[in-house]
Amino acid sequence: MGTRVAPVSGWGRYPVQSCELERPERYADLRPFDGGLIVRGQGRSYGDAALNEDGRVLLTERVNRLLDLDAEQGILRAEAGVTLAEILGVIVPKGWFLPVTPGTKFVSLGGCVAADVHGKNHHRDGSFCDHILGLEMILADGRRLPCSPAENAALFWATVGGMGLTGIIGEVTLKLIPIQNGYMKVHHRAAGNLEQLFQLLEDPAMDDRYTVAWLDSLATGQHLGRGIAMFGHHAASEDLPAGLDNSPKPGRSRAIPFDFPAIALNPASIGAFNAWYYAREGKKREPFLCGYDPYFYPLDAIGNWNRMYGKRGFVQYQCVIPGATAFDGIKALLGKLADSRRASFLAVLKRFGAQGKGLLSFPMAGYTLALDLPIRDTGLFELLDELDQIVLKCGGRIYLAKDARLSAESFRAMYPRYGEWLKIKNVVDPKNVFSSSLSRRLGVDGDMA
Amino acid sequence: MSESVLILGATSAIARATAAAFAGQGYALYLASRDADELRRIAADLRLRYGVEVRHGEFDAEATATHEAFFQSVVAAMPNLRGVVLAFGYLGDQMAARDFRVGEKVIAANFTGAASILSHCANYFEPLKSGFIIGISSVAGDRGRQSNYVYGAAKGALSLYLQGLRNRLYPSGVRVITVKPGFVDTAMTYGLPGLFLVASPQDIGERIVRALDKSADVVYLPWFWRYIMLIIRHIPEPVFKRLKL
Repeated sequence: MGTRVAPVSGWGRYPVQSCELERPERYADLRPFDGGLIVRGQGRSYGDAALNEDGRVLLTERVNRLLDLDAEQGILRAEAGVTLAEILGVIVPKGWFLPVTPGTKFVSLGGCVAADVHGKNHHRDGSFCDHILGLEMILADGRRLPCSPAENAALFWATVGGMGLTGIIGEVTLKLIPIQNGYMKVHHRAAGNLEQLFQLLEDPAMDDRYTVAWLDSLATGQHLGRGIAMFGHHAASEDLPAGLDNSPKPGRSRAIPFDFPAIALNPASIGAFNAWYYAREGKKREPFLCGYDPYFYPLDAIGNWNRMYGKRGFVQYQCVIPGATAFDGIKALLGKLADSRRASFLAVLKRFGAQGKGLLSFPMAGYTLALDLPIRDTGLFELLDELDQIVLKCGGRIYLAKDARLSAESFRAMYPRYGEWLKIKNVVDPKNVFSSSLSRRLGVDGDMA
Repeated sequence: MSESVLILGATSAIARATAAAFAGQGYALYLASRDADELRRIAADLRLRYGVEVRHGEFDAEATATHEAFFQSVVAAMPNLRGVVLAFGYLGDQMAARDFRVGEKVIAANFTGAASILSHCANYFEPLKSGFIIGISSVAGDRGRQSNYVYGAAKGALSLYLQGLRNRLYPSGVRVITVKPGFVDTAMTYGLPGLFLVASPQDIGERIVRALDKSADVVYLPWFWRYIMLIIRHIPEPVFKRLKL
């Protein structure tokens, strides 16, 4: 089968590396390659998780068949290359929804497993792996092996959140959740500072199935951490006014046709946007209906929004800090960011529920903060190293699916179950066939040798 | 009962996209190929995405002795068969020109097998006085080039066969459409050097189905290949034979 050498990057467009791409179209052609490979779905991880510099990258985009939908039980089985967008198009009209969804629907199902993604409902429903009934893995020796929490469980818990390093995720069986229509019932509350925002996110009386907060990353002083908490749940039939169609049509998608100049997103333009957004969204105190598409995937309406950050790309810095230290830790992170005068166009704060059983899974009980930071100079990386130290001191960690620059040393300190994971990796892939630029940067390859 | 279409060679990217485009119009499908596992996967996918009836069966283009029984089993399963899309093809490699054992396979898959199954299809539709046959040939069949002339010869023969069939079936009101795709982004072409203006399989699939609503007999996909091939066909042979194509 033909391969193609091309420069490739993650969604953050940093780093860009030359990889040898292979794109099978048959399930039987999802095979390990002795020279080493990493699987890539839609390339929506931000950094180097789906890159393999000067090595093989196996694209799953054409191995994307929906295989079975039990419309009574809400159980879906599909090939890992299918996107959440394709799945939603089939399941929503039948009254089902994804149990957990990240902020874009243009990700592959396999990527959701490999990164053990979370959504706005993590505090209630856990992460993606908590809803997987089973996987079919294609291992380094070519064997196909089913795994689930009940069967070959060690492989399962090493694979969810395992960043594709345990084998090829071939098929996924997922338990869906029932919905009555495609609408969300949403309301907002503005918070003038970080303390108020934490109170809103912690208040059990306010809490909803989906809870998340937008932050104004440029607010300083007494307004530091001001933002808007957003609460939502799937609308019931009686929430819909008469005459409203059950399944809202997805909005039109617009594309960003060129790379914005690096200066386009600067503290002044972002500050102006944030002030406008804070005022507009903060007013929506009364519950309103919103289609699931704009609710869960607002940025999907702008194709290639990653081009807003200019040619040099950006880093999404997403960390989680355990509950006890979360407020001080996040305050320190925001303070340091504000001092640096580096504005984050997107800043999101969310409360997580308990840590799951995925050995390299990101979520833990506490708060997660995500910041998009354009790369203009190397000073950014120095700042992020300093932020890492705050996160480490608080006992938190960085999300590998977003990462492009964490050190091997910090990674080990942040992921205490890494040693346990490595033992399983050594059993299922002793020759380290599944290797990525991420795994080499984090020193996994060195630990395997 | 909805009208149905038989897709021969249903596991290629173009065939899958064409099947999806037919399913999107509400046609039931019968998918045929050698690869039983892929057929099951593609059939399940089309059923779920489009809510149409999709059946499948094993079919080997080179096993011409089995074609009659195969076609009868399709008609038995799909009594409302409206049309056939012949989508199988085998590119082979450079060896096809030097080693006839490879070349023979290219000719058997692309032409002999096609002529065999199409004869059964034509005999079925002719007395019904309706139906359509869409044959996916190739621009490679428009002129022999050193890089792939065995494949080109087989596809060129298929184009001629379809032309004759069209002539024969015209009085019966059976449409015969010859489709000639240019470069399409499939496993067959992935990573090949020197490709340009590469079309997506989805685009080709949708255009194949749309061709049914138009009157054209020979459809180049995308359209500009008609003009590219017009020029290539008109390069005088004394010049053409010197080119490295």
